[in-house]
Amino acid sequence: MAEFEPKVVAFVCNWCTYAGADLTGTSRIKYASNVKIIRFPCTGRIDFMLLLKSFANGADGIIVSGCHPNDCHYTSGNFHAKRRWIMFKELMDFMGIDMNRITFSWVSAAEGARWAEVVNSTVDRIRKLGPYVSYKQMVNTTVEEEVINE
Amino acid sequence: MKIGVYPGCSLTGSARDYNESVFALAKAFDIELVQVPDWNCCGATAAHNLNRELSLSLPARILATAEKNGLDEILVPCAACYSRLIVTQHELKKNPELKNRINEIIGMDYRGTTKLINVIEWIDASIIPNLEGKITKPFDYKVACYYGCLMVRPNKVLNYDRAEDPQTMDIVMEKIGAHALYFPFKTECCGAGLSVSRTDTVSKLSGKIIEDAVHRGADTLIVACPMCHSNLDMRRPDINKYWKSDFKLPVMYVTQAIGLAIGLTPKEVGLQRHFVKVNIS
Amino acid sequence: MARIGVFVCHCGENISATVDCGKVAETVGKLKHVAFSTDYKYMCSDPGQTLIKDAIKEHKLTGIVVSACSPRMHEPTFRKAAAEAGLNPFLCEMANLREHCSWVHEKNEMTTDKAIDLVRILIEKVKINSALQPIRVPVTKTALVVGGGIAGIQSALDIANTGHKVILVERSPSIGGHMSQLSETFPTLDCSQCILTPRMVEVAQHPNITLYTYAEVESLDGFIGNFTVKIRKKAKSIYEKDCTGCGLCTTKCPQKKIPNEFEEGLGFRPAIYVPFPQAVPNKPVIDREHCTYYLKGKCKVCEIVCPTKAIRFDQPDEVIEVKIGAIVIATGFDIKRSNFFPEYGFGKYKDVIDGLQFERLASASGPTSGAILRPSDGQVPKNIVFVACAGSRDPAKGIAYCSKICCMYTAKHAMLYKHKVHEGKAHVFYMDIRSAGKNYDEFVRRAIEEDYVNYIRGRVSTIYERDGKLIVKGVDTLLGAQPVEIVADMVVLATAGVANPGAEELAQKLHVSYDSHKFFAEAHPKLKPVETNTAGIFLAGACQNPKDIPDSVSQASGAAVKVAALFSQSELTREPLVAYVNRTSPPMYSTCVGCFLCQSVCPYQAIEHEDFKTRDGKIIKTVAKINEGLCQGCGTCVALCRSKSIDLHGYSNNQVYTEVVALLNDY
Repeated sequence: MAEFEPKVVAFVCNWCTYAGADLTGTSRIKYASNVKIIRFPCTGRIDFMLLLKSFANGADGIIVSGCHPNDCHYTSGNFHAKRRWIMFKELMDFMGIDMNRITFSWVSAAEGARWAEVVNSTVDRIRKLGPYVSYKQMVNTTVEEEVINE
Repeated sequence: MKIGVYPGCSLTGSARDYNESVFALAKAFDIELVQVPDWNCCGATAAHNLNRELSLSLPARILATAEKNGLDEILVPCAACYSRLIVTQHELKKNPELKNRINEIIGMDYRGTTKLINVIEWIDASIIPNLEGKITKPFDYKVACYYGCLMVRPNKVLNYDRAEDPQTMDIVMEKIGAHALYFPFKTECCGAGLSVSRTDTVSKLSGKIIEDAVHRGADTLIVACPMCHSNLDMRRPDINKYWKSDFKLPVMYVTQAIGLAIGLTPKEVGLQRHFVKVNIS
Repeated sequence: MARIGVFVCHCGENISATVDCGKVAETVGKLKHVAFSTDYKYMCSDPGQTLIKDAIKEHKLTGIVVSACSPRMHEPTFRKAAAEAGLNPFLCEMANLREHCSWVHEKNEMTTDKAIDLVRILIEKVKINSALQPIRVPVTKTALVVGGGIAGIQSALDIANTGHKVILVERSPSIGGHMSQLSETFPTLDCSQCILTPRMVEVAQHPNITLYTYAEVESLDGFIGNFTVKIRKKAKSIYEKDCTGCGLCTTKCPQKKIPNEFEEGLGFRPAIYVPFPQAVPNKPVIDREHCTYYLKGKCKVCEIVCPTKAIRFDQPDEVIEVKIGAIVIATGFDIKRSNFFPEYGFGKYKDVIDGLQFERLASASGPTSGAILRPSDGQVPKNIVFVACAGSRDPAKGIAYCSKICCMYTAKHAMLYKHKVHEGKAHVFYMDIRSAGKNYDEFVRRAIEEDYVNYIRGRVSTIYERDGKLIVKGVDTLLGAQPVEIVADMVVLATAGVANPGAEELAQKLHVSYDSHKFFAEAHPKLKPVETNTAGIFLAGACQNPKDIPDSVSQASGAAVKVAALFSQSELTREPLVAYVNRTSPPMYSTCVGCFLCQSVCPYQAIEHEDFKTRDGKIIKTVAKINEGLCQGCGTCVALCRSKSIDLHGYSNNQVYTEVVALLNDY
């Protein structure tokens, strides 16, 4: 049987981590291809409900990454993200969501190698954890809205 | 009125004069001073150099005992004891985990509810407001107020007066009729910690303080710390030898000066116990 | 019905070496709503772009996905191409097949699959993209410069010289700022006033500059290009048009013992005064706090002596409202004074003075006509001590930063002293000598080597007075922490440079951020040192952090260029990727409940209130509204909104959710 290939979604900000991932490319540093990036203007824009939606849609792991503290292109978006993350993490943990499946990190536009590390370590970890089925099963018992805001 | 008092070792030993003047003042102003029962060593000056937990446990036990006996406020005349107690309070307040650990060590429940006051705060709160009509012999002398280090430092913990050029004792002395001289050595080091081991250093440092006060025409130095007092008073022969001079400047506790001003006798405030003869009465 | 076009680029071999581009184009070509799909060697080349434009027209495409390099690289290129073919540029998306796929993965099926997924995600997104129009805002081509020190003067002149109008507002009665107080300037020792006053006169005479002295900014509304500012012109109590500046009133005023601010308290001035002889404007003001007439109701000597009857005791403050397009903040700095240094006896000993006081003593136009004399008894100090870092770099004092200018001006002070008192001894206590700058270190070396200034590396613990002398106790750390005692006649403290009093209040009025020391904050510490976080407001000089004259002037010119660039356009166009609050029909008007949490997180003050009213003006509901001129599109408000009433163009809730669904589900 082929090895389990996890599906990992990365929510990244445009100014630091997206640019950092571009640098990984220009530096030709290889990393696992399981990760697909969704671009946001800022980590402050990331609605953490999207993390749950991702798990509901079959994600096995998630990366959220933005600018280092004090480096936010918009001054304070990453601080708001971090604060919200602290609250949300507790809540998700309480709800029984496997927090080991989410990586929250800062990767700057100059840290191409670090992005590859973040991806590889996350993919390795998720691979060991196996497919994330329990959450999908849980949400299937409830009515899932199709679109957040129509 | 009734408040607790923590004497510590010096007030029952080398600073009996200080102790007597504190109690004499309290009596004159109808304040009942209740010793913290079963008090122990505060740990100064050795404990905090050797063992942090010990240095916090000793004062914590004193404070816990005070709490247990319902003493909400404790007067700590000795500046070194005051420093150890208040630093402990500060450390344990900001670190609840450490507080639990210390409680475990002392086997008591320290809560941190007791208010600590130094002698000047006590005088400010309980003596000065009731001074009217009591001054029979205004303390009409030129005085140099010497604060030393522990009365005002560390400023962030004590939150009392200011660390550089403090004023509170000067203000108290003015209130009893004294003329507080400009005295830049008021917080210079007296050599306290080296009192026993390096008497030459003490002679040099304390000597500078005495010399400047004499130079400015002081009739007496005013202190509020037994350690300062012993260095400036008891070590005077060493100081005079080191400085090849004969400084006769007396060193008085602030409580002694107030005592004399309200008509207590020199003996009542323990002046006869000084090494340097006090010609003020 | 969406008709999407997909254009897969090989980027030479950069993509095609690991991704099977043909297969990508073929696979996505079969997807629903994809009307056209192809691959090509170089999409960004001329033929590549022509291919895209032709396909848009031929297949009537409603959206395109260019699958090539990073959008950070070529998104503008392809959006422009789309626009040229008549497709709204915001209906063009880019899939990043190069940096995020071909360059970082091995050549295998999984890589090609990932490439297909990346394209698919954006196909789904572009289907629900909306056509957006660039935001256009008009520009009022008048600049406001707040503060008339050297930075404000330089900025105002530079902007005015580009042909635009400038309003210069100065709080005190004259422009000139701290530079006008300085004696000579490092590293050339040229006279400060000699180089400054021509600039001051130029400001007063410039046809494009309107100067309001004795005036302050009252409030600010609006956004970049469209600010409205209220300026309070404090009553000068004279009618300026009639005043000839003869100065008779100032000589006759009986109130003569007011500490002179310009002389840093080392001299006195009357209640009706011109701050210094070269003041611009050279017309007096009445200091109502000290004027006998205002205090006691009689006097009016100035009114009696005034030959042109220009005195107006009943003059009120005047508040004017002006429309402006950009602002340069140049409010400068102050130095730490008062009893901040009890250990140095500052404020207690007359002969312990600060750096600005020494400038006045050394200035030819100062209270001693340039002679270095002790304030206490007017004697020439034979032994003088300079204490650098008085307060600066001292976290215990709450000022951890370096004030930057003190090393240089202390060297200058010591030099000036030695040049005037040849037989005197000058000592400098310092922590480090920070003399980076053109000809700066040479200057300090000159002080040490040619003027024999005694530099002692160590700090001063205390200064006290004894027998009329100042005893300075310090340490020489280069001599093994040896205690040093110097018997001095005078001590000069290089006290820390701090934010101007009122800086915080002004920052709040102007809606710009400031740091914990109340210095104005730049938008980016490296790449946007002149901009603030509020678009259209710029910084110049020491209001940002302590700066010397060359740095202040350079930044002032930088700020002027930013303003000129803004004014070079008749209207501003911006990418419309901004947030918006939804609107629905009455009686709901919007799902926004008006909690205004968004307002508290918005770094740009872009969130405003909008009232919905009945016909008779009663407010039914207040909801949030985004000011498109200010919004930078970070989207923090969107993620925060509890009722999901705010959304962001280009990254809407719907768009990102669609991306997630497309990414995770098979096709």
